[in-house]
Amino acid sequence: MEHHVIGGCKSGGCGTAPDKLAHLPDHIRLKVQDHPCFSEEAHHYFARMHVAVAPACNIQCNYCNRKYDCSNESRPGVVSEVLSPDQAIRKVLAVAAEIPQLSVLGIAGPGDPLANPARTFETFRQLAEKAPDIKLCVSTNGLRLPEFADEIARHNIDHVTITINCVDPQIGAQIYPWIFWQNQRIRGVEAARILIEQQQQGLEMLVARGVLVKINSVMIPGINDRHLAEVSKIVKAKGAFLHNVIPLIAEAEHGTYFGLMGQRSPEARELQALQDECAGDMAMMRHCRQCRADAVGLLGEDRGAEFTLDKIAEREFDLAAATAHRREIKAGLLAQMQARRAPAQPAAQTINFMPKPTLRPVLMAVAAKHGLVGEHFGHAREFLVYEASATGVRFVGHRKADLYCTGEDSCGEGESRLDRILQALAGCEAVLCARIGYEPWSKLEAAGIHPNAEHAMEEIETAVAAVYAEMRAAGKLGRTARDQKVA
Amino acid sequence: MALAITSACVNCWACADVCPNQAIAADSPVFSIDPLRCTECVGDHADPQCAAICPVECAIVDELGDPLNPPGSLTGIPVARLIELGLLRGTAMP
Repeated sequence: MEHHVIGGCKSGGCGTAPDKLAHLPDHIRLKVQDHPCFSEEAHHYFARMHVAVAPACNIQCNYCNRKYDCSNESRPGVVSEVLSPDQAIRKVLAVAAEIPQLSVLGIAGPGDPLANPARTFETFRQLAEKAPDIKLCVSTNGLRLPEFADEIARHNIDHVTITINCVDPQIGAQIYPWIFWQNQRIRGVEAARILIEQQQQGLEMLVARGVLVKINSVMIPGINDRHLAEVSKIVKAKGAFLHNVIPLIAEAEHGTYFGLMGQRSPEARELQALQDECAGDMAMMRHCRQCRADAVGLLGEDRGAEFTLDKIAEREFDLAAATAHRREIKAGLLAQMQARRAPAQPAAQTINFMPKPTLRPVLMAVAAKHGLVGEHFGHAREFLVYEASATGVRFVGHRKADLYCTGEDSCGEGESRLDRILQALAGCEAVLCARIGYEPWSKLEAAGIHPNAEHAMEEIETAVAAVYAEMRAAGKLGRTARDQKVA
Repeated sequence: MALAITSACVNCWACADVCPNQAIAADSPVFSIDPLRCTECVGDHADPQCAAICPVECAIVDELGDPLNPPGSLTGIPVARLIELGLLRGTAMP
């Protein structure tokens, strides 16, 4: 039997070991340490916002419907109001004055930022002038990336995300029905071929210019799920920093091609298996919340509704004071992160010489707040999922408590919120939270998910490791079915 | 000779950015085309640019009111499926 010597964490993206960025050169660590979308650790502390200044798009994706806008929806491509660059800057400054943890401004749509170059770059130019401490970030489909690589570098935009779903035009033709290219709408395999060529060339050009590139890939079962491991290898070889495989969101009511044609979304376990497969090749991002193109706040906590144009119209803010306040708060947060990293992390440590790891791994869900087991079960809008095993504790993903929608009345389908949470937690054996009511407690137990509020306000990894140890002591871990068969 | 924008428009700006004649402007409730400026791109491009980039079916129409991008032509969703889902009336559509 193969003896697992665990060294996988050297890629830096497979666990929650707080110092997982340790392998990176200092200048890159400095770039990502406060970027919530590029550093799993940072996302517990720092906030980002997107401004919707880029409504136009130059390609069609089968998972996108440009007609959709619902304020209850939380997913990419959806916004409530499109802003001009001037309005966007006003909004950023208003948010930056009230949320001093704001470290990143991203432009992500609702169309493609590089299909709106004048509005996109004007927004970045103005912000660099008025709040130079805020990092600039852009997400693109990549079609016009080679054309703008120099301009991106010139504007000091040092985080770029490219959505790359394939490197094979035959697969691309099943994802992209058309592109707008050189004054024509081009369809089918030819369209996909051009898009892929531009994406790959754009990736190379950005890496050559020292820009950090994250690749997003949408996992579409039956179309590109078996192809993404190859995509991962290729983009890593070209110098991408991080790969973020995200699940397809396809519901008929979204009106997308995939939604209406009955294309299914991947299950949580399928997504995790693919992420694990890709992780052998590069750093994987697992904390993505697939946010809206106008999201505001910490990941998983959208405060956009507090900063609509009409709400910020009358607000006055002192630019210099806000900047100074941000500097102070951020220094405090970085110190806090540093302090949490400092002590040895027995739970997250890899163990090199385990006697045969026959204890089975267990998935646990955590109602988290600020990196702790800090949320009341009933208040949790999402659960972080950790895998505990004989070799340690690692973060493997998150599950939404309200699947993609928070509008209970308008969007509910008759099943209760608790039922939906039970479905979302499928595969987890325990759920850790700060507190929990009697009704959810009994329902969770009946569903075979052990509720646990005994580790309230503890560090997540420590708490998960402790529960795993309790399960072990209670003889609940036994040996895996496979081991028993082999024996 | 001019094209026009219907209420199907989602105000995404794509057409206004690519029009060679600056004939398209943000308007209420949807973008509009100035018929005096619109040339349907004859002499500039093989295809009218607004219709070539527009992401929404039936938003750009010709002088007869016929859509340059009829139902199903951009999303690839078969017309029969659109009718079945009640998203399109089953008569008089191309």
